[in-house]
This record gives sequence, C-alpha cells and structure tokens, in this order.
Amino acid sequence: MTLRELVDSGLFQVVNRGEELDRTVDRVFCCDLLSVAMCNAPAGCAWVTVMGNINTLAVVALTDAACVILAGGVQLDPPAAQRAVQQGITVLATDQPVFEAALAVHQRLHG
Amino acid sequence: MDESLTLHFTVPPDDFTRAGEASSSTKATLKQLGLPADVIRRVSIVMYEGEINMVIHANGGEITVTISPDQITMVLKDAGPGIPDIQQAMQAGWSTASGAARDLGFGAGMGLPNMKKCADTLDIDSTVGVGTTVTAVVRL
Repeated sequence: MTLRELVDSGLFQVVNRGEELDRTVDRVFCCDLLSVAMCNAPAGCAWVTVMGNINTLAVVALTDAACVILAGGVQLDPPAAQRAVQQGITVLATDQPVFEAALAVHQRLHG
Repeated sequence: MDESLTLHFTVPPDDFTRAGEASSSTKATLKQLGLPADVIRRVSIVMYEGEINMVIHANGGEITVTISPDQITMVLKDAGPGIPDIQQAMQAGWSTASGAARDLGFGAGMGLPNMKKCADTLDIDSTVGVGTTVTAVVRL
C-alpha cells in the first residue's frame, strides 16, 4: 500500500499531508516509549502511538517511518504541528485506541 | 570520500523541542554523501539518544561528528553531573530521568543500551561533578 492510499483511505483524520506520498507502507509498528521506537520502528512503517509531541516527529524522521498515526484522540501539540508541516511528515489521527488503529492498517495491508 | 568531514553541534540545555536537530542535520549530510541506509539509521539513533541524554541529564553539551572513509566517529561531550556507575547506567531499564522527561516519552532507560547496540564501539569516560564524554564509532 502506498502512503497516499493510506492517507486517502478514510480510516484516519489527516492532520498533515506530508511529502513522499508514493512511498510504500509495508507494516504497522506500535510503541509509546520514544527510545524503544527509535531503535525498533522499521523504515516504511505506519507508527501508531499516543505521544503527540515534537520528539515523536524527530523519531519519525530519523527512523524513516512512513507516517505516524496518533491514536486515542491524541493531537499534536502546536510546536509539533508546525514541525510536521516544516519537515513534510505525514500525521494521521483517530479516536480509536492503539490496537484498533493498528489493526485497521494491518487489515488494509493484508486483507 | 578522500578526506574526513567534521560536523560540530551545540546541544542547548533543557530544550526538548530542539533535541534531534543535530541528528537530523547529520542524517541529511550522510544521505547527501550516499552512505548506506543501515549506517545512516545507526548513526541517527546514536546521535539522537546522545542528544536526548544531554538535554535530560547534562544541561546540554557539544557533539563532534567526523566522517572518514572507513568510519563515522561521534564524540558527545558534556559538563553535566557525570555518571556514578556506568555499568548500572548501561543496564536496559535503568533511568534517573525526571518526570518531565518521562511525560514526553523518554526515561525508559534505553538510551545508552540503544547507543551500544547501534555503534560498533562505544566508550564512556565520566567523572562525577566534571562531566561525561561518550565516543561512538560506526564503521562503514
């Protein structure tokens, strides 16, 4: 699935439509501890988390995650929202809890 | 690359919003140089964890990155409180991070273990009351 397909799927609120929308999203990764995510988030993943601060975006950028999905009704704080736009990072959001959000992506990836 | 390239960064104290700037800048440089994705990722992780540690524990510090034909050397130097027990600090899960740091998703006690995992060599020279210098090498 391309990032564009995920963004346009209607599964999630589009907080920021980033760059490189034609890149592939090939798996889902869930984690809220940033150091753990930093070391383990695979490149090209859709990362589901409830952490919506500016450091979340740093982890997305440094791990080459395809996008971040904020679960549980979490929103980016204002500095993070600004950074997402600046760096062209795709940010999606949902009121669903982490598991349900990740499952929705997984089902889209694997039918 | 025939010659070494040196990058220098100052990590400001107590500013979580700027942590990651040195890592991002280094990553961009390594990408421009066309280095392998795995090397870039490992260097990025070492740099980011180092930056976060400096912000959380050491009132900021200085980072020097030397990119040579055969390796990337990162020297992270701070004048913070020092690490009383390095062996303990290297244990996954051990942390002295503040509540504020934990609220932001840090303080899992994974910083130094992550750096060790991603670097080919990691040396820590620390004196309590003087500061800490971490030298990490990722070989090409």
